[in-house]
Order: sequence, then structure tokens, then C-alpha cells
Amino acid sequence: MKAAAFDYARPATLDEALGLLRRHGDAAKIVSGGQSLVPALNLRLLSPEILIDIGRIDALRGITVEGGTVRIGALTRHVELMNSAPVAEKLPLVAEAIPHVAHPAIRNRGTIGGNIAHADPASEMPAVLQALDAVIVVRSADGERRIAAEEFFTGIYETALRADEIVTAVEVPAAKAGERFFFHEFARRSGDYAIVGLAVRMTVSGASASNVRLGFFAVGDKATLAEKAAAALSAGPVTAATVAAAQAALADDLTPQDDQQASAATRLHLARVVLGRAVAALLEDPSLAGRTAA
Amino acid sequence: MTASVSITLKVNGETVSADVPPRMHLADFLRERLALTGTHIGCEHGVCGACSVRLNGEVVRGCLVLAVQADGAEVLTVEGLSDSGEIADLQEAFRNRNALQCGYCTPGMLLTAQELLAQGGVPDRETIREHMSGNYCRCTGYQAIVDAVETTAAARAAARG
Repeated sequence: MKAAAFDYARPATLDEALGLLRRHGDAAKIVSGGQSLVPALNLRLLSPEILIDIGRIDALRGITVEGGTVRIGALTRHVELMNSAPVAEKLPLVAEAIPHVAHPAIRNRGTIGGNIAHADPASEMPAVLQALDAVIVVRSADGERRIAAEEFFTGIYETALRADEIVTAVEVPAAKAGERFFFHEFARRSGDYAIVGLAVRMTVSGASASNVRLGFFAVGDKATLAEKAAAALSAGPVTAATVAAAQAALADDLTPQDDQQASAATRLHLARVVLGRAVAALLEDPSLAGRTAA
Repeated sequence: MTASVSITLKVNGETVSADVPPRMHLADFLRERLALTGTHIGCEHGVCGACSVRLNGEVVRGCLVLAVQADGAEVLTVEGLSDSGEIADLQEAFRNRNALQCGYCTPGMLLTAQELLAQGGVPDRETIREHMSGNYCRCTGYQAIVDAVETTAAARAAARG
């Protein structure tokens, strides 16, 4: 299908873009890579009056390391994250997740800012950023707001962004000593939408885990942290019993949905399977992968 | 409302200027305005890969880039890639391995495969499959396509010595 007609503006500066956005509000959509927005336009799921193309605002580019934080400009493309030495070194979870984001041709153009502003519940980065306790930096003509990743994603394609705000950067804490990471997703085909996915950060000391953050995606209307399961894993040494308790707690943490890819029951089952595998991998004890009741 | 926008870009080495409606995507622009119909249109929402083109040296979906966004860019289509001779060996391998049946996906397959081959080395079949995973062949001739890419990679490596 073809997109409905719209106007187009390509501001040279962020201030100009923010001014346009304030003027047009909900009638405008921000575009840069367009890898989520243009399909929605072509399918006429969206028909904005104007597109504001921020793709040439250089201030929104670049990956910089400041102290213990990696700052990723909103226009950073997935291919740039994939090839970035600082990301590989400081953000191993991001490096592991990026190859699962769509296909090379999409990664060549899609940006991290667009990815998270779009807030597809099956997208990898919203879960990764929550697992890493990242901050989403947004700006309007009134100034900057800094939003914790776990507060940012509010529903299917919905975020805490206001109509006059643009995502400008993501700030991600660099990996610290003792932290371990896990990423896995079940998908029918490489690069396809996940059926269930999990991004984990935890600090491992002997047989115990602390600082546990379990970012699930494609299991509900938004990427979400499984807090009760994380608490179960943090209560003393991790045993088969604590893994089972964590897996059981996922029934409270997650609200899986039915769709054409899988039933809600299948999703909950797969979430428990992937959690068991994550714990077994991170604690280097295959017996912890456990078994799950269907 | 929705005024046309003037763009100037380089397509297959030639400078082109045009007025385009903002909603026109790059694949339609190439086909309808420039008659470069080697860029095929399948799904028009980024799933099938038939519309793959090179934009500033990188392979992208022609249906997910607006023509106005290509203002100032360099675009290479399968026609330009073919004329340059850059993929003559890959095209030969596609013919030899019967890696095209209806041919609809072939331009996108060639663009995408060449992006991988240009990285050098001899990718294994799994790597080839992973790299090509965003390109559909609805004749389902995937084995032969992977064969052709693998054969070309090996031949280029041998030629490099």
C-alpha cells in the first residue's frame, strides 16, 4: 500500500525541530531512519499531517563514554551499535542483543531513538535498556527530562513521551565487575518478531545472585521487568527451588497475550524456560535450567 | 498542504533532480520517475527485501526510505551494480546454480549477498543464511541461492590467493 499524503520538514537544528513539534503536536510524527514509522505509514496505520525529519541533526549522533556511563545519541543506527568498540566493551548486553534486531538492511538505517520511541512490545532494546537501568533523555522546547527506562514504556506503542518531546539520547550504565548478562529470544525465523525474549543483568558471587534485573519482551503489551521473579532469585543461594519459585512468580510479573504467533499459555511457558536457561548460564550450573510445568 | 519537495541525488552515478511528493518512497521514485524497474516492490512494509538498494554505500529497503530523505544521497540500484561489473561473478553463479526461478527476489538477493561478500572472507552457510534472512524468495529456492553466494565467496577468496 501507499502512505496517505503528508507534509515534510527537515529542520537543521534540534531547536527548530522542537519548535515545529510544539506547533504541530499530535498532527506531527518524528522520523529519522523510518524503519518502524514508514511501514506504519505505508499500511496507513498512521496518517500524520506532517513528518519532521530529524535525520540530519548532527547533535543527536554519536556514542560517548562519560565516566561509568555510555551515552548513545538518538540517531545512532543499529549497525553503528553493532560495530562500536565502546559498546562491545562497556555494554556487552547491547552488543549481544543488536544482531537480533531485524535484518542487516533494517539495522543499516533504523536508529535507537526511533526504536524506543516506537515502543513495539516485541522489540529487543526496550527490554535491554530496562535490564541495564538506562535513562532515556528527552527534550521539548521547555527543556530536558530524564526518564528511567522502566518508566518510559507504558503500553503497546505507548511511552511517557509527550506530544512535544523528542528522544535525544539514551544513557546506559557501563558493565561493572561481577555483573553478568544474558540475552535470548525465541523467534520463528532469524530477525523476525520475537515470540518471547529475555535480557538479564545480574551480579554473581559464588552461588548467589544480586542486582537482578529481568527484562522480558514480546510477553505482554510492553517490555517489562519481572520484579517478583528477580526477588526470588536474590533470596540467598540460587538453587533449583529458587529457580522454580522465580519461574512460578512470572505468572504475577507478566501478562502474556494471545496472538497469531503463540497463545498466552505458550508464552508464559517459554518465559519460564528461558528464565531457567538464563540462570543456568549465568551461574554456570546446567542443573539450574530445571523443568517447568506446562 | 503536502507540497512537492525538490530533491537532487545521484543514481547509478548520474545526478538526478526532481520534485517529489513527500509520501513517495525511494523504490517508487526509482521505478516510476527514473524507469529503473530492476528494483522490485513486494510487501511495501520492509519485510520481503525485493526493493533493496544501496544508499550511500549501504543496503537499505527502498520502500522504507522516502525519496525526500534521499536528497543529497548516492543511490545504486541493481542496474548500476550490474553495469559496473562488480557482481558479474555472482550473477554467473546465480545462473549456474539455478538460484533464480521467477526472478522477482533476485535483485534484492544480489544486493544483499554482495554486501556480505564485500566484507571479504568465506562466510559459512549459516552466516550467509543469517545475512540473507531479510530477503524472501517465495519460490523457496533458498538452497540454490546460498549455494551461489557460497560458491562466489570461495571463488573470490581463491582469486585473492
